[in-house]
Formats: sequence, structure tokens, C-alpha cells
Amino acid sequence: MTFWILAPLMVLSALGILFVRKAVHAALLLAVVMISLAFLYAVMDAPFLFAVQIIVYTGAILMLFLFVMMLIGVDASDSVVETIRGQRVMAIVVGLAFGTVLVVGISQVAFGTVVGLDEANAGGNVPAIANILFSKYVFAFEATSALLITAAVGAMVLAHRERLTPKPTQASMAAQRMRDYADHGKHLGPLPSPGVYARHNAVDTPALLPDGTAAESSVSRVLAARGTVRSAPALADDIDDVRRQLGGLDGHSDPTTMPGASGRSGAPANTEEDVDK
Amino acid sequence: MTQYVVLSAILFTIGCVGVLTRRNAIVVFMCVELMLNASNLAFVAFAKQHGNLDGQITAFFVMVVAAAEVVIGLAIIMTIFRTRRSASVDDASLLKY
Repeated sequence: MTFWILAPLMVLSALGILFVRKAVHAALLLAVVMISLAFLYAVMDAPFLFAVQIIVYTGAILMLFLFVMMLIGVDASDSVVETIRGQRVMAIVVGLAFGTVLVVGISQVAFGTVVGLDEANAGGNVPAIANILFSKYVFAFEATSALLITAAVGAMVLAHRERLTPKPTQASMAAQRMRDYADHGKHLGPLPSPGVYARHNAVDTPALLPDGTAAESSVSRVLAARGTVRSAPALADDIDDVRRQLGGLDGHSDPTTMPGASGRSGAPANTEEDVDK
Repeated sequence: MTQYVVLSAILFTIGCVGVLTRRNAIVVFMCVELMLNASNLAFVAFAKQHGNLDGQITAFFVMVVAAAEVVIGLAIIMTIFRTRRSASVDDASLLKY
């Protein structure tokens, strides 16, 4: 029963890996396949592999994939251009042929009656596996440890980068800043902080300069590149709207004639009246 | 037992097609993992078929080797990305010429 629920799910998720554009979605679909596989292992009397599948594959390997994706850039999606003409169609045709041959071939084979693992798992699956692993396969097991050590060292060597220039110290950075000021007149102090407004207070809103223009350097370069920077004057219009509404409710005089007074002192005065009542 | 082996064959085929068609090196790698997982499923299915734990042990070793392979493979992908600013398998064609 478990099989007939999980198998279509696994095949659909696996097909999804072929069609999704983003690598992150492919990783999540792969996680679905791997967790379903873990449950199939549990059904097939392999509780040890069930745990290992979830811990090693879903926990370690997939997380490693996601880490590398974050380092490389999440939006590194596939190019649609084919370098070899007709390669994609050919791959799909050959894949379909291969799959058909495999499936037809397997369904022609008579597997005989299933022996089942009840006898082999009599003393528990984990002790039984340990018995075989540390007797018959002990050399393979030791070789695995060597392999894992080699892999860890190899990954460190590959990911390591030799520093070619000396690390900048605080003194050298300060000297560089002074030199920039002397050469190009670049401002010495820190960058201005983003704008803080009554209706909106976030890093994506630039601060306003005394002449009313937005200070470009007050928002992060990343936000500007993404194009998600809000316009401060638009938010200021919003404030005017609210101010006008408040003025209308209070029955004050026309707010356009005295914009400062109705907005600033109107609201607190009103609350004081409410408290008195 | 046939249905498990058939499912394993289908997953393996999907992994194969993925390796052949996808261009992003990380997704190609994921498809390789899918193929390894599919073979693991067949191993575990045959372990049950024959009432013998050797298949499960083999699946366990495949997992260990896959872990080592992923570590090295992803490190290589990262190194290539660092120098070429691209994770596409088509861009790494320097050895061709």
C-alpha cells in the first residue's frame, strides 16, 4: 500500500527535476524523492538504511547541495540554448528507449517467491548488519574510512584559497580613507543611514537631503541593483493624505492653508480631549 | 518485488535523461544522486527477495561513496565557479581545444 502511494509521488518529483528551471526547486524535489525512498526502505525491512537515508542523504548531502547553491547564487538557472543541435530531443528519445527496454526486460523476469528478511533480521536489523559489516566486509569498511578522510582533505584543498596580498589592517584602511579624501574628496565618515518616516521605516527607503532629493548612498548597493528601492517623496505624499483626512475629521480649518499645524499638533490635542472625557 | 525494481529502473532512467539534458552542473549532480538512489532501491529490494542482508550492506556502501563523491564534486563545481563565474557545464570546455 505504501508503495502505491509513494511510487507515483516519487516518479512525479523525479520528472519535476527535469523540468523545473531553478536549481533550488530541483533540490527540494530531490528531497521528496529521497524521503519517500527512506520510507520504502522501512517497508522493505531495512530500518537501518531508513535512518541512514534520512540522516546522510536528506540531512547531509542535500544540505551540502543547498549550501553550494547559496555560494554560487540561487538564481543561477539553466540556459535554454542548446550547444549541440538536437541533443535534448535525442537525449529524451534515447532515455525513453532505455527506460522501456529496462522496464520491459524486468517485467519479463520471474523473480520467484520472496524469501523475506524475517530470518536474517531475527536478532534485529542493526545487529545483523553489524555482524556482516565487521566480519565479511571489514576491509571494505576500513577502505571507506580512508576514502572519507581523503574526500574531506580533498574538499579542504579545493576550497582553500591562498592569500596573495597581505590582510588590510585597521591602520592601513584609515590611511587609505585619508588618501581617498585627499585625492578625490571622498567623504571620510560612514555612509548616511536610510530614511526613517512615519509610515515606513526600512532599509529600502533613502534618506532625504536638505534640498529634498533622495540620498543615493543611504541605501544598500544590493537593493539598488535589485531595483527594490522605494521612493521617499511617494511616501511623503501618503503622509499628506493622512494629514488631510485627520484635518477633515477634526473639523479644523482647511489643512492646505496651515499644513504644519493641523498635522503636527492636531492629533495630540484630540487625544488629550478624549482622556478628559 | 517486481514493482520495486521497475520503480528503480524508472528513477534511474529519469536520472540518466537529467544528466544528458540539464545544463546546470549542480542539477546534473543531483541527477547523478538520483541514479545512485535508484540503484540503492534495487539493492534493498533484492536483499528482501533473497533473504540476504548483503544487498543492504552494498546500499550502505553506495551511500558512503556518494557522500564522498558529493563533497569532492561540489568542491570542484565551486572552484570552477570561482574562476569562471559560471556553473554551466557548457562553459567548461577548455580541454576541448
